[in-house]
Amino acid sequence: MMDTSHITADLIKSMGMFLPETTLIVTFLLTMIFDMVSKKSKQIAFYTAMVGLIITGIFLFQQTGLSYKGFANLLVIDSYGQFFKFIILISSILVIIFSYFSDELQSAHSKLGEYYTLIIGMTFGMFLLVGSSNLIMIYVSIEIMSISSYILAGYTKEVKRASEASLKYVIFGAVSSGIMIYGISILFGLTGSLNLFEINQFLSSNKVDTLPLLLGGLMILSGFGYKISAVPFHFWTPDVYEGAPITITAYLSVASKAAGFAVMMRYFKTAFYGPIIGSADAWNLLGNIDWHYVIAVLAVLTMTLGNLGALWQDNMKRMLAYSSIAHAGYLLMAVSVMNDNGVSAVLIYFFFYMLMNLGAFFVVQLISNKLKSENSEDYSGLGYRSPVLAVCLVVFLISLTGLPPTAGFIGKLYVFTAVLKSGYVWLAIVGVLNSVVSLYYYVKVIRNMYLRDVDSKESKLVYSPVTIAIVLMLAIPTLLFGMFFTPIVDWANYSAHIFLGN
Amino acid sequence: MLGTINFPILTWITFLPILGILIVLLVPNGKDEKGQELSKNIIRWVSLGITFLQLVLAFVIYFNFNPALTGVNDIKTFQFVEKLSWINAHLPMVGDIKIEYFLGLDGLSVPMILLTAIICFIAVFPSFGINKAVKGYFAMYLLLDLGMMGVFCALDFFLFYLFWELMLLPMYFLIGIWGGPRKEYAAIKFFIYTLVGSVFMLLVMIGLYHSTGSFNIIEMMNGHNFRPDSIFGGLNTTIRYTAFMGLFIGFAIKVPAFPFHTWLPDAHVEAPTPISVILAGVLLKMGAYGMMRIAFPIFPDAFGYFQTLIAWIGMISIVYGAFCALGQHKVGKRDFKKLIAYSSVSHMGLVLLGMASMRPEGMVGAIFQMFNHGIITAMLFMIVGVIYDRAHTRGLDDFGGLAKKMPVYTGIMAIAFFAAIGLPGMSGFISEVLVFLGAFQSYPVLTVISGLSIILGAAYMLWALQKIFFGAIPEKWQGPWDPTHTKYKTDDVNMLEKVALIPLAIIILFLGVYPNPILNLMTGSVNQFIELMRPFVYIGGSLVGM
Repeated sequence: MMDTSHITADLIKSMGMFLPETTLIVTFLLTMIFDMVSKKSKQIAFYTAMVGLIITGIFLFQQTGLSYKGFANLLVIDSYGQFFKFIILISSILVIIFSYFSDELQSAHSKLGEYYTLIIGMTFGMFLLVGSSNLIMIYVSIEIMSISSYILAGYTKEVKRASEASLKYVIFGAVSSGIMIYGISILFGLTGSLNLFEINQFLSSNKVDTLPLLLGGLMILSGFGYKISAVPFHFWTPDVYEGAPITITAYLSVASKAAGFAVMMRYFKTAFYGPIIGSADAWNLLGNIDWHYVIAVLAVLTMTLGNLGALWQDNMKRMLAYSSIAHAGYLLMAVSVMNDNGVSAVLIYFFFYMLMNLGAFFVVQLISNKLKSENSEDYSGLGYRSPVLAVCLVVFLISLTGLPPTAGFIGKLYVFTAVLKSGYVWLAIVGVLNSVVSLYYYVKVIRNMYLRDVDSKESKLVYSPVTIAIVLMLAIPTLLFGMFFTPIVDWANYSAHIFLGN
Repeated sequence: MLGTINFPILTWITFLPILGILIVLLVPNGKDEKGQELSKNIIRWVSLGITFLQLVLAFVIYFNFNPALTGVNDIKTFQFVEKLSWINAHLPMVGDIKIEYFLGLDGLSVPMILLTAIICFIAVFPSFGINKAVKGYFAMYLLLDLGMMGVFCALDFFLFYLFWELMLLPMYFLIGIWGGPRKEYAAIKFFIYTLVGSVFMLLVMIGLYHSTGSFNIIEMMNGHNFRPDSIFGGLNTTIRYTAFMGLFIGFAIKVPAFPFHTWLPDAHVEAPTPISVILAGVLLKMGAYGMMRIAFPIFPDAFGYFQTLIAWIGMISIVYGAFCALGQHKVGKRDFKKLIAYSSVSHMGLVLLGMASMRPEGMVGAIFQMFNHGIITAMLFMIVGVIYDRAHTRGLDDFGGLAKKMPVYTGIMAIAFFAAIGLPGMSGFISEVLVFLGAFQSYPVLTVISGLSIILGAAYMLWALQKIFFGAIPEKWQGPWDPTHTKYKTDDVNMLEKVALIPLAIIILFLGVYPNPILNLMTGSVNQFIELMRPFVYIGGSLVGM
């Protein structure tokens, strides 16, 4: 008879650490129920979801400083995960607010109950993913978030391209998770465990065949690569981003990417980090595989193809889709360094990326509400028709390019700092040249807004003060953090230590 | 003379434009009874006032500056220093990131501050002719002004870089919105060229930070501050050479030196007159200034290694630019602005040659040439603007015989042209002689070849002068410019143009006779600079060296 008392104790203690996730589940259910019960209020689901997310945020905040392995080592709670959970949470809140102002969603559907429910479900999946320390847990969390996102991508099902987007997303997702689970099985066969900590112990005390380890590792990587849309797993991105509702595109480009990066770095550090030499300059990698170069090559491919793809796009969503691929490339550059500097750089970059990318998408959404177009050629004269929005879009685009004095520049600064510090000069040079290429397509939008149709006789676009205020709430920090970034850097640096279970 | 005054004068001179931008943006759009837009004039005069205040502050700096304190690599002898901790982020592994708000001046930067203040003030006058989106124009103009001032004041590399990049966007808009027919092409070309240069600067900046643990430019000049095991530690390493080249190319694009100059003719031709004035008058100087302030003293060993190459680039720019300008007389489209743009390439080549010589005369000549070129070219571009406003063409073939029609204009233009050629008695002469004097001692052969370009310069300038002012007046310009006399009451230059042009002419003539007010500013700093570089560089003296 097995003694289960310590398992029960573990479970009870773990539940206490599981409050944010529990809140999400409750919110998930309440949103659904309230939406069904209430016939009158159209927006009840919106309010329920918002309240739920804010309470989640409070519980999440209470976990500051905790480092804990729970649920029989399935999940880890640490400040690293907390940082990413905050990014995911803030994106969820913002995307729900964006959805409230989306004509595309609000006009086509009398009720958006399932929509908000699914966003909460996806948030829950991402929360789990960020904390997972077991390969099966990683797989299950990816599926939870993916299935929600497949439906969300095709939510405006009467639009043909949305259905196409959804189908494409499902097929690519199924293939990549199939490859991933195969990789997991190889790794399991090699090491005899699914737990990242145990895999680590096994690798550090036993010699493993390099080829199967590389193969398994690469297959698992393809699952993460799909989530962060790294080349060559990016083919779905432009079509899905173009077809999905703008709000969901924005959400996928930030939150889902954040979760992907979070789990990828945790996976590398927890499973392949040798505890023997605790050098900060480079993680001592196990298994004789130089993951630095694997990731560096992925990074170069990702940012170059992303940027080159974006050059030809006129559709704003498609352009931002390629640009988000390119940004994944910059982030991978910092991951490839494989040390704590790289992790801090990713965290810093991600926070700023969230602000500027969500901001850009929101402006695109607001403009498309009025112009009924996402084509950047139709933006001509917009700088004069809608001055505030246009200026904010300029701020976001300049920040995405990485020019000072914007937050995007600081993000790039830290990424390049991490890369150069580790001596990858060639990688840094490829990176900066890429950001020059990116200038061209971002500025193309600015050109259309300001250099064309200067004496536009078209009527001004009028927006409600609330929407303008939301845009400003994203644009002003984007500028301010470009000049005073100390708090974010300190926070990221505090969160950069991934909990290794000691 | 007070070397230190208890007033943050550099902050004021740099950030005064912010005040201007705020006022400009807050001016309500209103019309008076006659339907005249009041706000336009308010905006113009506010901008003029702000730049005038800057000019006043620049003169306060000039008169309080003590040339005996040399600066360059000696932190204690910088003047008007303002130093505050700005960003202090903790990254235990990288070392804390410390960025300081660190401004200060020495003999290398004071002439540039003076030049920037003069040009920014003068260029407001031709800006009065801008009628499209006036508010946006002056907001961008003042932002550009802020960036330029900041670059010349900053002594923290991060701050320098911030100001350096801050100018890109306003410049893009100023060319792109208010420019000529091919403005979009010219604007994006300018943007991309400059950004290519500055991203390399960014990487070198990060590398320097890792090596010294600070963004302080002055500390980077001291080899002891480099950690021996760091990326730029040691001397004469490949990585140091590479980094120097990265910085050099970044600055050379801005100068612009051959072969990175191709953006300049496009930008100049498409930019509106006042922006051409600023571009030629101040922006190009930032490239050369960046070399003096950052690239050369931080990597003196690499400078020594590439010294001859830099001299060659200088020589090629001089000759090639002159030939291109001359070529403007042969091809179908003879564009007045293009001619001046290429002459800028040629004249900025002189600056490079002077710096490469690493002789005191050459260095002083180079800085003085920067100042003079700023004033002279600003004048030339305004002169082009004057006839372009009236005739709406810049084709040299379209004109002739204007001397009879516009006598005052002809006189002013003659001064500018002769100054550009380097006629004795004009300021350009002094700086050219100094540059050649210095360069001849280090690189006699290159100097002789460059000297020949003076003849080319005389050829294209005089040819243009003759074409425009002498000979028969074309039939279509026989009558007055403006038969209704609403915009131009007389055919000659009007009051506003005189106010802008005559002070510049006076500066040129005055400094041509008595250059000491500017030369005295920098001799001390230049000597200090040469002392710093001496162990690493080739300083000629025999006729053997190339």
